[in-house]
Amino acid sequence: MSSAYLGMPAFPQAAKAATQDARLRANLRRATHTIRDKRARAVGELDDWAALREAGRRIKDQTLRHLDVYLLQLEERVTSAGGTVHWAADAAEANRIVAELVRATGESEVVKVKSMATQEIGLNEALAEAGVTAYETDLAELIVQLGDDLPSHILVPAIHRNRGEIRDIFVERMARWGRPAPEGLTDRPADLAEAARLHLREKFLRAKVAVSGANFMIAETGTLVVVESEGNGRMCLTLPQTLISVVGIEKVLPTWQDLEVFLQFLPRSSTAERMNPYTTMWTGLGPGGAADGDGPRAFHLVLLDNGRTDTLADEIGRQVLRCIRCSACLNVCPVYERAGGHAYGSPYPGPIGAVLTPQLRGTGSEVDASLPFASSLCGACYEVCPVAIDIPEVLVHLREQVAAQPGHAAERAAMRAATWLFEHPAALAAAERTASATRALHPRTLPLGPAGAWTQARDLPRLPAEPFRTWWKRHRAEPPAAPQSTGTSQPPTTPQPPTTPESTP
Amino acid sequence: MRVALFATCVNDAVLPRAAIATVRLLERLGVEVDFPEQQSCCGQPQFNTGYRLLTEPLVLRMARVFETYPYVVTPSGSCAAMVRDNYPRIGAKARAEDRGEELAEAAASLAPRVVELTEFLVDVLGVTDVGAHFPHRVTYHPSCHGLRVLGLGTRPLALLRAVKDLELLELPGAEECCGFGGTFAVKNPDVSAAMGADKVAAALSTGAQVLCGADNSCLLHLDGMVRRRHAPLRTVHLAEILAATETTPWRPGSPA
Repeated sequence: MSSAYLGMPAFPQAAKAATQDARLRANLRRATHTIRDKRARAVGELDDWAALREAGRRIKDQTLRHLDVYLLQLEERVTSAGGTVHWAADAAEANRIVAELVRATGESEVVKVKSMATQEIGLNEALAEAGVTAYETDLAELIVQLGDDLPSHILVPAIHRNRGEIRDIFVERMARWGRPAPEGLTDRPADLAEAARLHLREKFLRAKVAVSGANFMIAETGTLVVVESEGNGRMCLTLPQTLISVVGIEKVLPTWQDLEVFLQFLPRSSTAERMNPYTTMWTGLGPGGAADGDGPRAFHLVLLDNGRTDTLADEIGRQVLRCIRCSACLNVCPVYERAGGHAYGSPYPGPIGAVLTPQLRGTGSEVDASLPFASSLCGACYEVCPVAIDIPEVLVHLREQVAAQPGHAAERAAMRAATWLFEHPAALAAAERTASATRALHPRTLPLGPAGAWTQARDLPRLPAEPFRTWWKRHRAEPPAAPQSTGTSQPPTTPQPPTTPESTP
Repeated sequence: MRVALFATCVNDAVLPRAAIATVRLLERLGVEVDFPEQQSCCGQPQFNTGYRLLTEPLVLRMARVFETYPYVVTPSGSCAAMVRDNYPRIGAKARAEDRGEELAEAAASLAPRVVELTEFLVDVLGVTDVGAHFPHRVTYHPSCHGLRVLGLGTRPLALLRAVKDLELLELPGAEECCGFGGTFAVKNPDVSAAMGADKVAAALSTGAQVLCGADNSCLLHLDGMVRRRHAPLRTVHLAEILAATETTPWRPGSPA
């Protein structure tokens, strides 16, 4: 993945700084709560949301099960429509292919449509090494690029910036990349948008090569689909002579009918819109090929694996390949809201990043090994996911992998000791009685280890005079009290049959 | 009706008032309660930290200890969710690893019989007014596993609304996690504390005297934060409120 993330600290350390940054906390809280509430309203409008969600889950699972078939069909259709398909096993190979394709055009700059796949492989840095400048044209990606910053959100990469900060970035940095910001630029959203429009317009009109990703690829016709809000994507996909699209292999859908499901819930889940403003679809070079004079004259599709096949092999982990990058999980996540996106050390922050990054990159680095633990397992992400990725389930599954790695000896010993104690209730009862009997001697805070982490912000619990088991022994010896009648209804006098799993509330 | 109480390890060792209140409440409602003393912990700390194999003996123990009871009632949404949601997963993984059917069978036998206290009261006994009296201002935090995994819905609030002289105040952002998350609280202490601080602030903003929950592990974390800042708030388990009556009122402090 991108060299920009090499050597990132583990999540807890990075998050600590974020929790103490009052401006960042305020920016994130305002932004995530606004979009969270809007999404809930947009989704609430649909009375068939649950059925749509199930359809999306099923379509993705069935497609992933036969991924090889659909990818070969896609390749055949794209090729017969005048496109060229390249297969990239990893980031380095994808970057090499794109750099080579750009070099073959003789150009030294490209315009970019917002794309997570190219963030994932660090394409901009790789192109820079090859002497090619990549210009981001999505407004938020532009803010990130001008600010020499890193994205912190899948949909809104500059979510950590407020409009005053954006104004300062435009005024200070735009001139280095092209047309400077207008004199006397204010922080009014309309003025900021106009400044970006003027700055980008000259790039759109000049560019000969564009690089994009795609939200979907339709196997039956070889059609790629980009869904966006600003229209910059439409400019990049239609004006330049050469178009290069880098797309993860999991983005394929079998048919147009399948697409219908996703176009209903992607905008509602991501921007809380009923429909996104721009949906661009293209099939190779179109029916007239390179000769029709409309759109690009050369189209290259780079199909990216980069860890996806390995992820597909994991029976529990593979469900993350259903992800459509809507970012609904980020916007409801209490951990993301407080830690910010940069703490996740990857272009995929938030709950989905915590389950996607360790599978794509492995859990070898400090930050990647810490990601599966960057969650309280509250389940808000699973609740809003339009393709029903059970993120808590995958997190716990990945924790198991990390816990089996070296460096967990003390934790493993503590867990083993706890299990031993819980397997020996007499010893457990004795330990509980001892703890209660000595409670007057217990401190409220401790300096080190897990207890130290606990008492950074919280007092230790005060132990009871006796554990429950001791009370129970005494209670059982008491004569039973007469039951008391209740206000609304009487409990049944005969036992009911046990509930079945289906009927269990 | 005879049911087993699964007290949970946290309630047994640290916060026994909730378990005692559950016994008193159920007995008041005419339910015969048993506490099989061979019970200990559901294994959630091990499982959620990534030590699934260390959880397995506890799955088998739980199934064995509670084998003969039609219902296993527990005053913890999180521990009920552990059994109902994760025990079948543990069984399925053991089966997929060719380690036999024992864990899957234990999970299948136990999971459907484990009910959280408010489910037992509302769905099995069919009561919402349990004859409780609690003359205090209360706000309710619905812990995540009860809310999202078990789907407890309005059951706890329906029970609280029926308590005589209880003033129920709506908690802003109630469905947001309090930041406990088991070992998350010590593995990510800063984010956990930031979440807890926001939850405590939300509870204080209601003017409530009591922050009520149905999961003592979350309340343990919130109580630690409340006491650290000497906030005028007390964390109380829902079972204690439902067990309180005019003749045996709730009293602060450690039970005798």
